[in-house]
Formats: sequence, structure tokens, C-alpha cells
Amino acid sequence: MIGISFRVSVAIAIAVMMSLSFPRQSIAGDASDSWQEIAENVFNGRPLADGSNLIALEMPERAEDAAIVPVTMRANLTPGDTRIVRSITLVIDENPSPVAATFNVGPGVTMISTRVRVNSYTKVHAVAELSDDKLYAIETYVKAAGGCSAPMANNDEDEAVKLGQMRFRQFTASAARASAPREAQIMIHHPNNSGLQRDQVSLLYIPLFIVRQLRVWQGDQLVLEMDGGISISENPNIRFSYLPNGASAFRVEAIDTKGEVFKGEWPVEPAT
Amino acid sequence: MEPLHLDQVGPGVYAHTGEIALMTAANEGAIANLGVVIGNEGVAVVDTGGSVREGRRLLLAIRQITNKPILYVINTHGHPDHVFGNAAFTPPTVFVGSHNLPRDMLERGQYYLNSFRPAMGALLDEVKIVPPNVTVDNELQLNLGDRVLSLKAWRASHSATDLTVFDETTGVLFAGDLAFLRHIPVLDGSIRGWLKTIDELGKLPAKMVVPGHGPAPAPWPSGLDSERNYLERLQSDCRDLIKRGVPIATAAGLAAASENSHWSLFGDYNARNATAAYSELEWE
Repeated sequence: MIGISFRVSVAIAIAVMMSLSFPRQSIAGDASDSWQEIAENVFNGRPLADGSNLIALEMPERAEDAAIVPVTMRANLTPGDTRIVRSITLVIDENPSPVAATFNVGPGVTMISTRVRVNSYTKVHAVAELSDDKLYAIETYVKAAGGCSAPMANNDEDEAVKLGQMRFRQFTASAARASAPREAQIMIHHPNNSGLQRDQVSLLYIPLFIVRQLRVWQGDQLVLEMDGGISISENPNIRFSYLPNGASAFRVEAIDTKGEVFKGEWPVEPAT
Repeated sequence: MEPLHLDQVGPGVYAHTGEIALMTAANEGAIANLGVVIGNEGVAVVDTGGSVREGRRLLLAIRQITNKPILYVINTHGHPDHVFGNAAFTPPTVFVGSHNLPRDMLERGQYYLNSFRPAMGALLDEVKIVPPNVTVDNELQLNLGDRVLSLKAWRASHSATDLTVFDETTGVLFAGDLAFLRHIPVLDGSIRGWLKTIDELGKLPAKMVVPGHGPAPAPWPSGLDSERNYLERLQSDCRDLIKRGVPIATAAGLAAASENSHWSLFGDYNARNATAAYSELEWE
């Protein structure tokens, strides 16, 4: 058997990617020079302070499947720090379009997990904007290859699941207080085509077709807003923490690049 | 060049047992099991190995047994350890594979070549991605004169291009990577599809099986048991982890961990199998 991800690319796809957006090195292991230029472009030259004491970025050192690389971002502010996190931007430096997503978060959101495509050995950055209007960056490194142009998952068992179908999960909170932080997960069935994958019959590139925005409300309060890029994996899947605000329902709205809107609503499950 | 070692598994039927390892220059990519079936009109080859050099050594081994023409090269799926030897065989040999194999090779072939360069080095210089000129939608019979091979393409299981080869005369089934022994099964298709396929495959009236990896031949259908156990364990662990809300990254290190002692290369593949299975099963 073989020792790399099977969800893979062709050279021409890589060539196409390399010509996009930001100039960068795509040679595995040589990822050192991209960040400065990306940071300047994405954050308009704003200064980035060291965020290593404020936020955490967790990814596997070696991705098991480059098309599904789990990533978790956490706010780790010390108790007593009155600042809050407003947004986190996830940047996969060597991907064809490095900004994977920007998450704008409501009060009490201290953890966001999702899954991304990683196209080559790369540095990954999370940049948080705090309520002091400053940007704080942290960095990690992940070994993976071929994720952006990976063909769709190889299983045909899910044909019954419709485009845009959503699932919402709420995880049991063990804490006694009803206001203690809880976790929830939104999944949306969507190919999230990166524009770098080929049609299986015509062998032409499948046009970009992604969930570009996803918003979650708790009652009337916006909990989470994702502006997504092509690096978010097929069937976007976001797990997040939140503070219950007493509302009775979660509401989710997603918009894809064809302008189609998907909506869902779920009652808040009681903590146990 | 030394001919590849072939074991006779039945009258006119031979198998090469690959090393249980990852592909390297040292093993010439010779990690998959290969098959040869000889009829009175010619020969069918089942998979060609992980390098053109291995393919040539296979051809040399065949030539020590027979001078009959190589009528068919059949690829059981598109992974490099099974198809990188294709270029050792030349027209008028006909290449046969699943209906999904041409696009799979086009999508992934060059990437495989790039990815295996570090491990295989110059051995890849000669490798060409040779797609099938005859494809199998569902079933196809190949006539070798005095014997018939029944080919069947399967739903996404181990991969999206799985194809089995059944020699009606001896009851030998070449299962490709739908059957693994000792070498941990590798999931690049659908776990639910694969388990369904194993149930149907097990009903074939075979007498023995040549798995894609592991000792060949193996008894039939009991040769599928250990693989079924692994996949069922992986599936039920993933379902349980999903139900309990354990995140995918944590689940990758937990699912099917109890199977570790039963398999070679467990550390190389289990976490990835778990990642693939989890992301499939959470949409059930």
C-alpha cells in the first residue's frame, strides 16, 4: 500500500494554484518567506503582536488525510484579562488561497474547531483580533500534501443526503450552572469545491463552489460567523464553544457562492 | 535481472507474494501481490507491481513458464504498488480495469509519481501511467482459450476503482486490495461500501483467494475474516466516538486501537483510516 494521502492532485492543478493570489514558495519544507507578504496583504500592513500567550492553534504535526486536517483555535486569555476575542483568521500559508477562513465570534466563544485542506508542507497562522483593536498571531507547522485538489470523497453511500442539508449537535454540559460554557457543532453537506478538483466524467476543472458565509445565532445573538475560503474541507464542519444566554433556539444560515441560502433552526437542549 | 518469485497456486495459476512494507527503492516497490493466469491462447497478468523494474521481473518470471502472448494486463485498482509496473508490458497487450480507473489515473497519477519520488528515486524514471483500454462497468469475461476469467467491478470500497478477477477453472479469486491479510487494511473508498462488498464477495464460489497484500493463497472465505473484524471494529468505534461527541482529531488516535497487535503497518495507516471512516460515518 502507499504512504501518502490518496486524495490528491495533478501537476497542472498545482501549476494553476501557484499562479493565484499571493506569490509564494510552494516547495515542501521551504515555507519561510511567504508569511510576511501574506500578512501584509491580508491585514493591510497592521502590526501583528505575538499571540502565543493569548491564543492557541492545534493541528496534527503530520496530517493523516490532507483533505481533512482537523484544526482547533482557542482563546487562552488569563483570568482577569478583560479583553475578548472578536475574530480569528486562519491562514494556511502555502495553500493556493492562503486565508482559510475568518471567524467573527460572539461573547463567550473561546474554541473553534474545523477541518481544512492542506496542499503542501506549510506554516499555519491564526491571527486574533482582540477588543483592544490589536492583532495577535501564532504559528504552527503541518506536514500534508495534495489536499486542495483532492477529488471528492470516494463514497457513494451518501447520495440521499441533499446539498445544503445541515446537522446541528449540542454536546452535554456536565457543569451544574446553566450558564457554564457548552459546545455545539454545525455540519453542512456541501462539496465545497475548491476550483482545483476535476470533474470525474468531463475531466474539466470543477468551478469554485463553496460555502462562503455561515452564521450561527443563539436567539438573536450572533454566536459565530465564518467567512470561508477554498481550504475548508468538503462538508464544512465547525465545532465551537459558547455561553448559554437563555435563548430557546439556535438558528443557522449559510450562503454558498451560487447565492443559494441554507437555513436551519434547532431548540436549545437543556444542560444535564 | 532476477525473475520475480512466483508460486503456483493452481494449474496454470501463479501468484507473487509482495513484502509487507511501504514502497521503497530497496524493495523496488514490490509490496503488492501479483497474479498470472495461463490459458492455451495466452496469458493474463493481474497487477504489475510498484515499479517498471518489478513489472519486468514479473515478465521474466512468466517467460520462464510460457512463451504464450500476454493477452491482458488487469489492474485491480489504481494504487501505485499495483500499477507502476504497467509500462513493462506493451501492445498488443490489452489493459483492463474498472470503469472508474481512467479518470482516477488521470487525477492522481502524476501526484503519485511526485509523492513517491523521495522513497523510490530513479526507479520512477521509467514509470508511465498506463490507463486501461478496456473498462469494466459491472462484469466482464475474458477468454484465454481453455479458461475464462470473470471480472467484476465493485462499488467504492477499498478504493473507487476496485476490480476482482475470478478464475472459473481453478476457483482462485484475485481480490486485489478488497482483501488484506496481516497488512492493515487501507481505506481510500467507503467503509460502509467495503463492508457491504465483503459480504457479497464472500458468497463467490471461490476455493482460495490471492489477497492484495499478505500471504497467498489464503483460504476462502475465511481469509476475509480478520479484515472484516478490523473494519467492523473501526466502524463501530467511530460510530461510538461520534455519538459521544469525541472530536475527529482525538478519535483518530482511539478508533480500532484494540486491533493494533493483529496487523503490520498499523501505525502507518490506522489513524488515517479512522479519519476517513469518521468523516464518512458522521453523516449517517
